[in-house]
Amino acid sequence: MSTETRIDLSQVRRRLDGQGGRRYWKSLEELAETPGFQSFLHREFPENASLWTGDAGGRRDFLRLMGASMALAGLTACTKQPPEKIVPYVRQPEGIVPGKPQFYATALNDHGYAKGVLVESHMGRPTKIEGNPEHPASLGGTDLYGQAAILALYDPDRSQNLLLEGEIRTWSQFTVALKAALDAQKALKGKGLRLLTEPITSPTLAAQVEALLAEHPEARWHQWEPAGRNSARVGAQLAFGQPVETRYHLDQADVVLSLDCDFVSEGPANVRHIRDFASRRRLQAGVEPNRLYVIEGSPSATGASADHKLVVKPSQVEGLARAVAAGLGLAVAGGSSDRAAFVAGLVKDLQAHAGRSLVLAGEGQPPAVHALAHAINEKLGNVGKTVTFSDPVEARPVDHLASLAELAADLKAGQVDVLIVIDANPVYSAPADLDFKAALDKARLRIHAGLYLDETGERCQWHVPLAHTLESWGDLRAWDGTATLVQPLIAPLYGSKSVHELLAACSGQAAKPGHDVVREHWQAQLGPEFEARWRQALHDGVVAGTAFAAKAVSVQPGAWAQAAPAAVSGMELVFRPDPSVGDGRWANSGWLQELPKAITKLTWDNAALMSPRTAEKLGVKVGSTSRGQSTELVELRYKGRSAKAPAWVVPGHPDDVVTLHLGYGRTRAGRVGDGLGVNASLLRTSDAAGFGGGLEVRATRQAYTLACTQDHWTMEAQDQVRARNLMRVVELEEYQRDPHKIAEEFAHHRPAKDLTLYPPDHKYEGNAWGLVVDLNACVGCNACVVACVAENNIPVVGKEQVAMGREMHWIRVDRYYEGDLDDPAVHHQPVLCMQCENAPCEMVCPVAATSHNEEGLNDMAYNRCVGTRYCSNNCPYKVRRFNFFLYQDWETPSLKLQRNPDVSVRSRGVMEKCTYCVQRINVARIEARGQDKPIKDGDIKTACEQACPAQAITFGDVNDPQSRVAQLKQQPRNYGLLEELGARPRTTYLAVVKNPNPEVSHG
Amino acid sequence: MASPAPGLEQRQPKHPMDAPGAPIIGPGHTFASVTEKIARITLTRKTPLFWLVGFLAAFGVLQLMLLAVVNLLFRGIGVWGPNVPVGWGFDIINFVWWIGIGHAGTLISAILLLLRQDWRTSINRFAEAMTLFAVACAGFYPIFHTGRPWVAFYWLLPYPNTMGLWPNFRSPLIWDVFAVSTYATASALFWFTGLIPDFATLRDRAKSRPWQYLYGFLAGGWRGSARHWHNYEMSYLLLAGLCTPLVVSVHTVVSFDFATGLVPGWHATIFPPYFVAGAVYAGFAMVLTLAIPLRRWYHLEDFITMRHLENMAKVMLTTGLVVFYGYVMEAFFAWYSSNTYERFMMWNRMFGPYWYMYWALIFCNGFVPQLLWSKRVRTSIGSLFAISMVVSVGMWLERYVIIVTSLHRDFLPSSWGMYSGTLYDWSAFIGSLGLFVTLLFLFVRFLPAITMFEMRMLLPGALVPHHGHPLPHSIEEEVR
Amino acid sequence: MSRPKTEIYGLLAEFDVPAEVVEAAEAVHAAGYRRIDAYSPYPIEALAEALHLGRSVMSKLVLGGALVGMAAGYGLCWWSSVVAYPMNISGKPFHSWPAFIVPTYETTILFACLTAVFGMLWVNKLTQPYHPLFNVPSFTMGASRDKFYVCVEADDPRFDRAGTRRFLESLKGVKLVSEVPH
Repeated sequence: MSTETRIDLSQVRRRLDGQGGRRYWKSLEELAETPGFQSFLHREFPENASLWTGDAGGRRDFLRLMGASMALAGLTACTKQPPEKIVPYVRQPEGIVPGKPQFYATALNDHGYAKGVLVESHMGRPTKIEGNPEHPASLGGTDLYGQAAILALYDPDRSQNLLLEGEIRTWSQFTVALKAALDAQKALKGKGLRLLTEPITSPTLAAQVEALLAEHPEARWHQWEPAGRNSARVGAQLAFGQPVETRYHLDQADVVLSLDCDFVSEGPANVRHIRDFASRRRLQAGVEPNRLYVIEGSPSATGASADHKLVVKPSQVEGLARAVAAGLGLAVAGGSSDRAAFVAGLVKDLQAHAGRSLVLAGEGQPPAVHALAHAINEKLGNVGKTVTFSDPVEARPVDHLASLAELAADLKAGQVDVLIVIDANPVYSAPADLDFKAALDKARLRIHAGLYLDETGERCQWHVPLAHTLESWGDLRAWDGTATLVQPLIAPLYGSKSVHELLAACSGQAAKPGHDVVREHWQAQLGPEFEARWRQALHDGVVAGTAFAAKAVSVQPGAWAQAAPAAVSGMELVFRPDPSVGDGRWANSGWLQELPKAITKLTWDNAALMSPRTAEKLGVKVGSTSRGQSTELVELRYKGRSAKAPAWVVPGHPDDVVTLHLGYGRTRAGRVGDGLGVNASLLRTSDAAGFGGGLEVRATRQAYTLACTQDHWTMEAQDQVRARNLMRVVELEEYQRDPHKIAEEFAHHRPAKDLTLYPPDHKYEGNAWGLVVDLNACVGCNACVVACVAENNIPVVGKEQVAMGREMHWIRVDRYYEGDLDDPAVHHQPVLCMQCENAPCEMVCPVAATSHNEEGLNDMAYNRCVGTRYCSNNCPYKVRRFNFFLYQDWETPSLKLQRNPDVSVRSRGVMEKCTYCVQRINVARIEARGQDKPIKDGDIKTACEQACPAQAITFGDVNDPQSRVAQLKQQPRNYGLLEELGARPRTTYLAVVKNPNPEVSHG
Repeated sequence: MASPAPGLEQRQPKHPMDAPGAPIIGPGHTFASVTEKIARITLTRKTPLFWLVGFLAAFGVLQLMLLAVVNLLFRGIGVWGPNVPVGWGFDIINFVWWIGIGHAGTLISAILLLLRQDWRTSINRFAEAMTLFAVACAGFYPIFHTGRPWVAFYWLLPYPNTMGLWPNFRSPLIWDVFAVSTYATASALFWFTGLIPDFATLRDRAKSRPWQYLYGFLAGGWRGSARHWHNYEMSYLLLAGLCTPLVVSVHTVVSFDFATGLVPGWHATIFPPYFVAGAVYAGFAMVLTLAIPLRRWYHLEDFITMRHLENMAKVMLTTGLVVFYGYVMEAFFAWYSSNTYERFMMWNRMFGPYWYMYWALIFCNGFVPQLLWSKRVRTSIGSLFAISMVVSVGMWLERYVIIVTSLHRDFLPSSWGMYSGTLYDWSAFIGSLGLFVTLLFLFVRFLPAITMFEMRMLLPGALVPHHGHPLPHSIEEEVR
Repeated sequence: MSRPKTEIYGLLAEFDVPAEVVEAAEAVHAAGYRRIDAYSPYPIEALAEALHLGRSVMSKLVLGGALVGMAAGYGLCWWSSVVAYPMNISGKPFHSWPAFIVPTYETTILFACLTAVFGMLWVNKLTQPYHPLFNVPSFTMGASRDKFYVCVEADDPRFDRAGTRRFLESLKGVKLVSEVPH
């Protein structure tokens, strides 16, 4: 810190005097007027390295910094209810009861769309996110991003200061500059004004933007999202001649055909899709099992659930789609002739289920395929049954690629005076051919507003830190139009502004709180008895009756029907959002980086995914060492550009195709996400956003180490997987013919209860907790894993440790391959502690740190553990995790706020494991005792169960014959993992039941 | 340690006592000469150069252990290699290896005493010392392999505490605590008891006052009274009798660490016997490795004769065969049980990622010892030294194979992993070798490496016949 | 020591040959002396017989120690896991006796060994840093090396400073008889 900016703390203290913590943050501004204090703010989590490097007065600097940090305690370390009245979900807060969490309904912003959630708040401190059962896009479930959002809120790398050229400025300084710039533009009718956002569904925000555009008629509004729903948008436009929102009703479909559509991961309705799809995979009375055909160009979670999976090059999907369309009698040209047998069988099946079938097209496919899907659905009479349409939920849906290209062109042409970028990061994510980085610099005044000071932000003069969704007022619409009022759970940690406040400032209302903006907008909408409806809406988390009505549209014949698919030659490169970090916006989330990606199980990296054959052709060798998975870098030459990425072999990947996930190669993500993997958008072009041909791959023989939690040898070990009956898969037909045969076959691996030296001594009379995982419903979406991490304070260990086999996840989703190397079936199996009644881990613990409680839980006393790791060795399921180092972050203040106060934070040298969320069990028990009645089935939900969108996980009391879990365990397909060992696991599985079509051959 | 081998080679033919079938003590020795020769080693004022060099070298190596421990305590057990699924690595491998080595000492001094194998006399003292030092090295690992050594070292003991917590007596690790600590205590007592009369000798021989005081203190006023010898002999015999079942139990209990677990490759009833045999096997290999240089450097060929070396070689051959039988049986059980897990485990050992470890083990412990069938090999000091080295390596490999290859691919293929030791694993291991050798050097310098009072008993005319007690034939040979 | 005060501790006869010291010891015992002892640099069973020492008590002592150890070991296991802090471990009964056998076995041996060593020291009245015999130079030179001794103590009723000396000097193979001052 240079001397001239020194201030004397006593003066600061005088400013602080008489200002209670609650209102303190409001007065930050006056305080911050003094530049000296700004620099304290700036270094608010000081890694004081520079202070110890002997610069004169270092000690005094340090003392002053400490003082500053203390003053800032009011800012970060403690929590404040926002000044406005917010409404709890369950009951009125007559003052918070210490130790009792409260739940508030709000919504998270998922690519602009609402995902309704309930947020658990401990003493005004949001700690955990659950789905909102009353929200159509959630119905109580969440995806991994919903779970990870809480960490983003507390991310210490979030942008904390309003900056001009890297210098700290105040909001008022900014608004003055903004006003000046916009006034200048007004004169030109906003000719030089450009606004760049992600898709907007927020009615308030949309209105604000429209108002701004009204003031500046010639200003333009561009939208950009690297991995959004562009093909769907354009495809719908193509098919119907107008923008429409497509809604799939997978619960209504008996036969589903996915044209390279990963509907369990893609789009704003993925959680709902999983829920609906799974509802037809559950083998219960009155449930007609569905059948899923997947034609995919890159392995996906959806493909893993398929009854029939056809692996083709992505470019061949359109040909097959056309063939199917033609087969159904649509006037469509360009159908490919190969795989005729498959297509024939498929067509027959679709026709047989006309009106009860559904065809979905994937984001990776060009708009034409979406148009074809619409046409097929219409032809099959699915419209209005399994698929409906409505007006677009987004304000002004546009072709993002075109929109960004246009902006880039304007920028290059120097026509842009003022560019306001809100929450978009084109410098990182724009297709390479647009050369956006260079173009951006051409804008005279660049204003960036975002959660992070990212690649785009660092190239803008002004950077405005935005408040997190959980910190700000707002509103959002779900994919079906249902609106949700977004209420803050906590005042902005860094005093950042919300989008609404920013746009209010753009229209000259710099001081207007976001709350008022939103309220005013809804005052108009909700009309009479506004207060009551407003409170109701806040309480429910949805604004009643705001879903869009279904709309009748019909497919317009067009050129797309006749045009043959664009010829793609040579090897193909596929771009997909990363299964864990998406399009890169989650890159700085340790939870998601460490999350083993669906299918590949890689962590901390993206890789050039390729089929075994392709790898052999390239002479690429992958192997496993005790320090990670060894592979080598391959050079990808694509459309005149090139990049190096580590090769990784994925069985079931199409040959001569390489998949490279987006979302890596960030340079300004934060301390977690920087410098991981390679940036796929450096190869991606705007003419082929999904995939493209002409790829050349060259092995470089440069070694590289990947951290993969589950090795390729699950492929080698297939015979073992079969011999050990780990994955039980039966065919629907034989299952329905004779369920008891299956039951007996499963049961004969179950050792008799009296096979023991000892007299069975321990009865479990009261509640006996058990859990069932329906493998047929599970789609391997990983939500349960992140939910467990969030609930149980599970640490992030980093790539090196994961590579050494030291990841800490209490629940993992095992992936098994079945069948031949090039096109195997893929199965998911979530594995958590089995809570064995004869737990092998317990008897070997020398200090009795792990023992059984009277409800059959395998308890773990962390404080007693000395860390011999014997229990882990003796655990057949390897679900125990060990703190080899001090993995928990005990320093970073903001991360401390996230911790679940009901779960102890483990330290170095102790073993830890799943406890069926014993803290939740205890809460329920205390509650029940208080009311003097037994715990009802469903009162307790484990974190994984609650998050699971597929409702594949069921927890409950196995002693209560009426409980769901007891019922499920009655199913013939119920089996225990490694049952023959006689450990008597309380966790059991329901076998996968595949429903193949005997008439379909994969020829 | 390997260096003296060639030197031994060339002096081998020279020494008369190295002739095959030589007696267990050289001719022309008297009570006085025996006493002087052995006591001189300890009482001489000037320390031999080779001792200084050897000691300092060993002490230097010991510092590696310090390095490992400091890192481990400050950073965490993660500096060593274990992971999930391979929760144990070098730590437990070394523990079992060292414990095994200890066994020969007790066996020689206790069991051979009961069997009235008088040839044991000249080697039992440092065999016992070796036991103690090996147990000391072994004891280091179970404590420091835990995540929290600072509590582990006493939480495993049954002591009354405010929480009213007790150890879990069903856990093999607690059995270990009892077995190993009993073993250490018993060995120390046995050793000390044997030393008392020799301390008296040193007390009476020592020139300088301080040494007289020190040895006098240790001798505790021993004066060779017949009444004392009477009780002494009885309790010494009882100690031997007690140590015999003890030594058998210790490695049995250690083998329980594995045998009671359900990991394929651990869960085997054959473990106790073949662990005990393996222990004796490894122990005798180590005794040979130490005895050969010792007799050379201190010119003790009169007392540690070729007969000793050959007998030890025979014991090695026998126990080696038992161990090899164990390996064969493991493979046979795996096949015969037709149990998926067992069969895969065996296949994985032989042809999995660690195949070379397995076959190296079979070579070292299975094939090399077969050379001992030949008397020429048994009586060639060089080859004996080499073979005992190979066997020591083989026994370490055995533990590596049992622990690592069993764990790294157990029940769920999804959790399979790989293991390898880190820099700190190696420094802790090599450092413990340093500790062992350091202690041995101190021992030979300051304590009589050979039991003087028992050596006296071997001299002609030492034993006086009396009712019901004819002279043991081995002695009669000597008398003649 | 509560012995009556005598002007010397006793008379000490020195021998070179083990066989002769044994004969001497028998002779001294036969002569009716009872407060006698013999000294040798290594155990000679025949000497014990010559002095009619009878059976050593050590075996009984050690058996006692072993039994105490056994009781203590099993008692600890049983009490701590059945009475003091019963826990459901792997569904095994609180009283998992087969598991308790191992610690019991070890404690049995441990206690026995401790009794064997410390019992022996106790029975032999060791440790005893001072003893009159150490005043005899030849004794300290030879007793722990190559000489054998018979000692008749002064408080023996038949002891007579001159007579006993003559008797000792008459023994076969005696090298030298010296007085042992207190």
